[in-house]
Amino acid sequence: MSELEYKIVVGLEIHVHLATRTKMFCGCELAYGEQANTRVCPVCIGMPGVLPVMNKKAFEYSVLTALALNCNISSFTKWDRKSYYYPDLPKNYQISQYDLPFSEHGHIEIPLEDGRTKRIGIIRAHLEEDAGKNIHTLGNFSAIDLNRAGTPLLEIVTEPDMNSAAEVRTLATQLQRIVRYLGVSEADMQKGHMRFEPNINLHITKDGTLYKTSISEVKNLNSFRAIERSVAYEADRQLDEFLETGATMKMGNKRTYGWDDENQCTVLQREKEEAHGYRYFPEPDLVPVEMNEKWLAEIKSRLCELPLQMQTRFAGEYKLSDYDAGVLTADRSTAEFFDRAVKAGGDAKRLCNIITQTGLKIANVKGCTVAELPITAEALAKLAQMVEAGEISPSASAAIFEDMVNTQKTPDTIVREKNLIQKNDAGEIEAMVDEVIAANPKAVADATSGGKKSKKAIGFLMGQVMQKSRGQASPKVVSAILSKKLG
Amino acid sequence: MLDLTARELSAKILHGEITSVEATEGVFERIERIEPTVGAYISTFKDYALSRAADVDRRVAAGEQVGALAGVPVAVKDNMCMSTGATTCASKILENFRSPYDAHVVERLEAADAVIVGKTNMDEFAMGSSTENSGLKQTVNPWDATRVPGGSSGGSAAAVAARLCFGALGSDTGGSVRQPAGFCGVVGLKPTYGRVSRFGLVAYGSSLDQIGPLTFDVADAALMLNVIAGHDERDSTSVSNEIAAPCDYLEKLDEPLSGLKIAIVPEFNAGADSEVQNAVAAALEVYKGLGAELIEIRMPHFEYAIAAYYVIATAEASSNLARYDGVHYGHRTAAPADYVEVYSKSRAEGFGDEVKRRIMLGTYALSSGYYDAYYLRALKVRNLIRQDFTKAFEKADCIMMPVSPTTAFKVGEKTADPLQMYLADIYTIATNLSGVPGISVPCGQDSSGLPIGLQIMTPAFTEEKLLRIGRMFEKHTDHHTKKPDI
Ligand SMILES: [Zn+2]
Repeated sequence: MSELEYKIVVGLEIHVHLATRTKMFCGCELAYGEQANTRVCPVCIGMPGVLPVMNKKAFEYSVLTALALNCNISSFTKWDRKSYYYPDLPKNYQISQYDLPFSEHGHIEIPLEDGRTKRIGIIRAHLEEDAGKNIHTLGNFSAIDLNRAGTPLLEIVTEPDMNSAAEVRTLATQLQRIVRYLGVSEADMQKGHMRFEPNINLHITKDGTLYKTSISEVKNLNSFRAIERSVAYEADRQLDEFLETGATMKMGNKRTYGWDDENQCTVLQREKEEAHGYRYFPEPDLVPVEMNEKWLAEIKSRLCELPLQMQTRFAGEYKLSDYDAGVLTADRSTAEFFDRAVKAGGDAKRLCNIITQTGLKIANVKGCTVAELPITAEALAKLAQMVEAGEISPSASAAIFEDMVNTQKTPDTIVREKNLIQKNDAGEIEAMVDEVIAANPKAVADATSGGKKSKKAIGFLMGQVMQKSRGQASPKVVSAILSKKLG
Repeated sequence: MLDLTARELSAKILHGEITSVEATEGVFERIERIEPTVGAYISTFKDYALSRAADVDRRVAAGEQVGALAGVPVAVKDNMCMSTGATTCASKILENFRSPYDAHVVERLEAADAVIVGKTNMDEFAMGSSTENSGLKQTVNPWDATRVPGGSSGGSAAAVAARLCFGALGSDTGGSVRQPAGFCGVVGLKPTYGRVSRFGLVAYGSSLDQIGPLTFDVADAALMLNVIAGHDERDSTSVSNEIAAPCDYLEKLDEPLSGLKIAIVPEFNAGADSEVQNAVAAALEVYKGLGAELIEIRMPHFEYAIAAYYVIATAEASSNLARYDGVHYGHRTAAPADYVEVYSKSRAEGFGDEVKRRIMLGTYALSSGYYDAYYLRALKVRNLIRQDFTKAFEKADCIMMPVSPTTAFKVGEKTADPLQMYLADIYTIATNLSGVPGISVPCGQDSSGLPIGLQIMTPAFTEEKLLRIGRMFEKHTDHHTKKPDI
């Protein structure tokens, strides 16, 4: 039996729909799910005589994203036509960028399971227009919906730096968080705002010799699950193929696959990479874009703290678990809201619990983010402070949070009005403890027995006292008095 | 009335001496009589034109404000989109195309209250120098019906020369306004690239195409340029007002330029037919008599212009014309065997030979492995030609040379030999490659009575100067007043 080791090698091409108001080269508003061919004009359907005009916002969104991915921004970039005949492509060429993309040479950090991060190189990012959609549900005819034609599309190409299906998935989710943080894309996978195309092959070492399998490109993936599974599937398939046939990569031998979600397998679409027949040449209808220092600085000023940085900071600075920091930073506004509340004087761990256990639930019901709830970070900080100070019990805080949302009153007002101030008065609590002890001799006996039943019985007595105080007694004080009384 | 210039006509309409309806009816009467011989128009819109004319008359009568071309019947080349009638580009593939929108220049003409009477014939998709490549009809030269009117704006030139309108728009990619203007004895202006918006002009060679007027005289060209020039945000290549705002080209038109320095390229002049050489030499003498100084220069890269042009223009065309595929736009083949045949047969049936030839040339030039040798090299030549112009304009105000090496040639004379046909544009192509403006002004006739054109070029965005130089000549000669006997 020969010795065999292998490494999965994956690079990703990612297409991101930018959330501009209008299309890339015309004034049509972007829309999803509208009636077919209602969001079109002569320009985006490529009528004879029309000319494109660059959407400046789309360009700025792209530059912002590239900056977040640590890319170099070119001071001079131009547009090119990429020619191919396809029914969903109105002009039979796509306006894209070929040899002078607006940005190159960046990287993105992705978190690994062991808590470390890994740097994945970005080869380039360029801007282009999306095509329309072919609809094949009409029997003998195919229909074309051009609503999507002309949507600004940011294409990001990574280095083949990923070495597992999980890493590919992580990169995809990180990128989704980043573009959402930047506000440049809704990045809704179901709406096709992000599409992924992994390029996968294996580096196999067998008997000391390195073999590389031919690259498979899986087209048009639009769910994280599909990305992960298709990479895993392709890796297995390629290994099997290599073991069976020994076939390795030949120049230009790249195969294109689709992902069959129903059968959870890849399906071969094209055996050979077609010759580079796109006949790229500079788009004569658009002028090159020159990026000056002032404009670049202006775009740079819109950068924000990125999700992974924020997550790491929360975990480190606020001593939160990676999991909690991840939940809080899933969405930029929630993360910033939390951060503001901490800075307003709330205890981080306490605020984290309040937001993740209560806030997210309420926000979910209301269909918004925590930050969009009608409460201020300062009010939430106050709530956390009151819990910390023992003025209210943690269990009461959930109800108060809800009241704050519904009435927009401050937590101290709500606590006062509803008489929810936690009782710390030892004398009053002692009286209640005495009553409970007197009324439950069996439980007292169990509690003092020291046996198995002891813990359960103490809990029961605690509960009885808390109930008597209508939840207002400080559990700490109750516990102290009870244990003293029970000896 | 049909002997009036556009300026004279508009003045008379404004003063109530003649109505626009009368002028328009006069044009249509003449169209009915003469158009069957000339074949200048692909379509005319009599009812539409008369209703627009009546509207102008009503407003003039009511003392309302009217535009600079109020009531003047004009024509538009059929590659400019217009929501009235069809926009065919003289191609079978677009024979039934109706644009839902108006080109920028059509909007401008109508905003200036011009009365558009019809769309003129042309070489299919503006590819040609004789209008013989029209897929829809033949246009002849009004001076001699056995000869071509030039091209590709041959219909516009013939319509103006035959007085079938008072001015027309053409498009000039390699000489397509100036050369037919020269052949038909009218004035043809190609403004600087970027001076007039291309929005709505069906593209041939996008980096070379420019719309310009064909008129009876230089003053009318200035008048029409006033109407169509200026920035349009829908065309990213249209020049901004900060860089080069248009001006009122009529304002100083009649002021002659003193101390004018004219660059000439002796070997170019020597390359033309002797009668053309003589007419151009005589024109230069007129300028000398007006105090101009002639400076001999060389344009060393001019000789590569045609080669560079046929790479760049066809490359752009191959991409611009990709949308006419029977799927998106244009004729669709009747019974395709499969999906690929929808494309291949529709295009094979819809395009004429010259268009196919240029699509193939351009596709080849852009193909992987050939791009550097052809397209990239052509761009380098283009830069060198720009430098030739820059150097020339350091020494002189303008450059003068013939518009074409010959006068109008016979119908059918060059159709069998595309290369011979391409040489018809030898003097005009370089301005398109460099972007500078050029004008063709009538400067005489050959022994057969065929018009000869003088070409004048000036630096980019100096149309004011260009027109004034042309006007100087016109005021001291009567070539532009000669009319064909038709
Ligand atoms: Zn549109």
